[in-house]
Amino acid sequence: MIGFLIQRLIQAIAVVFVMSLIVFVGVYAIGNPIDVLIDPAADQALREALIRQYGFDQPLPVQYVTFLGNMLTGDFGESFVYRLPVLDLILSRLPATLELALSAMLIATLVGIPLGIWAGYKPDSLSAKLIMGFSVLGFSVPTFWVGLLLIMVFAVELGWLPSGGRGPTQEVMGVDVSILTGEGLSHILLPAFNLALFKLGLLIRLARAGMVEVMSSDFVRFARAQGLPERQVVSLHVLKNIAIPIVTVFGLEFGSTLAFAVVTETIFNWPGMGKLIIDSIMLLDRPVMVAYLILVVILFVTINLVVDLTYGQLDPRIRTKGAA
Amino acid sequence: MSAAASAPSRRARLADAWWEYRQSPVAVIALAIVVLLLAAAFLAPLFAPQDPYDQAALDLFDARLEPGSVGGGGYVHLIGTDGMGRDLFSAILYGLRVSFTVGIAAGAVALALGASVGLVAAYYGGRIEALIMRTIDLQLSMPAILLALVLVAVLGQGMGPLIVALVAAQYAYFARTTHGAASAERRKDYIEAALSTPLPARRVLFKHLLPNALPPLIVVATVQVANAIALEATLSFLGLGLPMTEPSLGTLISNGFQYLLSGRYWISIYPGLVLMVLVVSINLVGDQVRHVLNPRRGR
Repeated sequence: MIGFLIQRLIQAIAVVFVMSLIVFVGVYAIGNPIDVLIDPAADQALREALIRQYGFDQPLPVQYVTFLGNMLTGDFGESFVYRLPVLDLILSRLPATLELALSAMLIATLVGIPLGIWAGYKPDSLSAKLIMGFSVLGFSVPTFWVGLLLIMVFAVELGWLPSGGRGPTQEVMGVDVSILTGEGLSHILLPAFNLALFKLGLLIRLARAGMVEVMSSDFVRFARAQGLPERQVVSLHVLKNIAIPIVTVFGLEFGSTLAFAVVTETIFNWPGMGKLIIDSIMLLDRPVMVAYLILVVILFVTINLVVDLTYGQLDPRIRTKGAA
Repeated sequence: MSAAASAPSRRARLADAWWEYRQSPVAVIALAIVVLLLAAAFLAPLFAPQDPYDQAALDLFDARLEPGSVGGGGYVHLIGTDGMGRDLFSAILYGLRVSFTVGIAAGAVALALGASVGLVAAYYGGRIEALIMRTIDLQLSMPAILLALVLVAVLGQGMGPLIVALVAAQYAYFARTTHGAASAERRKDYIEAALSTPLPARRVLFKHLLPNALPPLIVVATVQVANAIALEATLSFLGLGLPMTEPSLGTLISNGFQYLLSGRYWISIYPGLVLMVLVVSINLVGDQVRHVLNPRRGR
């Protein structure tokens, strides 16, 4: 188990390192940050002083080593636009994004898994077909388009919910939260539902597929032959066996939910990390872009690691293989 | 399986597959819609009332007309005009053209690249395979939209960079599918037999391995074209895709978004409807093709 863990950790660190290199070269080598950063009307002396200050006079490898060294100490530089340390800037937007992503995952799980299990339990019923139709819509219709429809129907036409923004937040243990007030809840409902739709479609399909497969397996037939009540067959034998793929996807999808929040945040003007990265790309705010991308890579690698380890807990076969 | 399927001519197999495909009326309708939209997109210049790229034909007095009104051009704007006085119906036809071009081009290049990478991995095996597939898996664990976002940010706007970004975001799906199918074939006797003859590797790869990996690839290709179209629309909506002078469906929707809150719904709703119908239809076609090509369906 420990060998497995160490091997995975080394892999994870290698990935982060390689990605930092790619991201850095991609973002810094193409385009010239000097033109963006410094007022063209500035005189030559001021220009050169600023170039030295940002280190643009150094060759790229030197810039990268400096960047990497700074990164290890948590210093990603200063935003060209906001004039704030990048890490602080991104972390200040993190709670809003996390809140949105977690709400979306919650909606997707609470709605998607029961629907999928039902659709797999009675695959030929009309309700199952309707559920599957909905799931196809859920992950084939582009997120941003559903967001527009939600705004049009619930904010513009009906006027029930606000069309964007986060509304008032409350501070809980130093973190701003908006789901605790009715007003905040009304702000998060549309974006969270919008972000949840894709996962909802996916979880329905996944739960259904697992259900169909497990229901036709020998041990379920055996459990039934034993005379166990249907409820016990499902809850004891079936649910446990469909849990593994669902946990994996849930873990992996959490990362992609954070990524897709870029779209939802832009539509609903939600002040999270996603909106920040889009604004940064538009304004060519390179330090923010680089830091965001590297943080996302670290996040994904961590999630993969956690999912791998959780797997071992859920399925003893994998654990023994990893130890061997 | 019928006797015809055990000794099939190519034609009989196609007829068989088509018969199987027709069993789902929804899939037939979806296919008809896709064909119709393709035709509408590529024949657009023949019946669009206006050339939306012709800046001289645009009149700002015609901007934001409601569906059904008659503008300065003297003809009816069936679904209104956009913020620049463009006839929305024409703009959608041309936008559809752009979306199809981007989606199909990206899908085709991603297919060629991904299939080659997957085949090479399956053919050589060992370290090369491990390295390639580990990289692919890593890439697949990152959401496609993020990768595309980065590339577009780095490469700049326009059709070329957009297609590069989409290919980079999607080839991995093809690579994994091809690798999966091809490495199963690789272990079969007929490949061993082909390898024991002095045939060049290229021939074994493309004549024997590829055709047998084709069915799952076709399914992935269908779905990925839909994904490419949706991804392009998303990027354009975020303002990172195609510019307003060359509007795709996504650009049109994005352009209309600013008018949505003031109640001028049609400017982004109609292009969006077309996009939705298109993407869902392609996905439905893909679903049914998957069903038809599934070798286990006979059970």
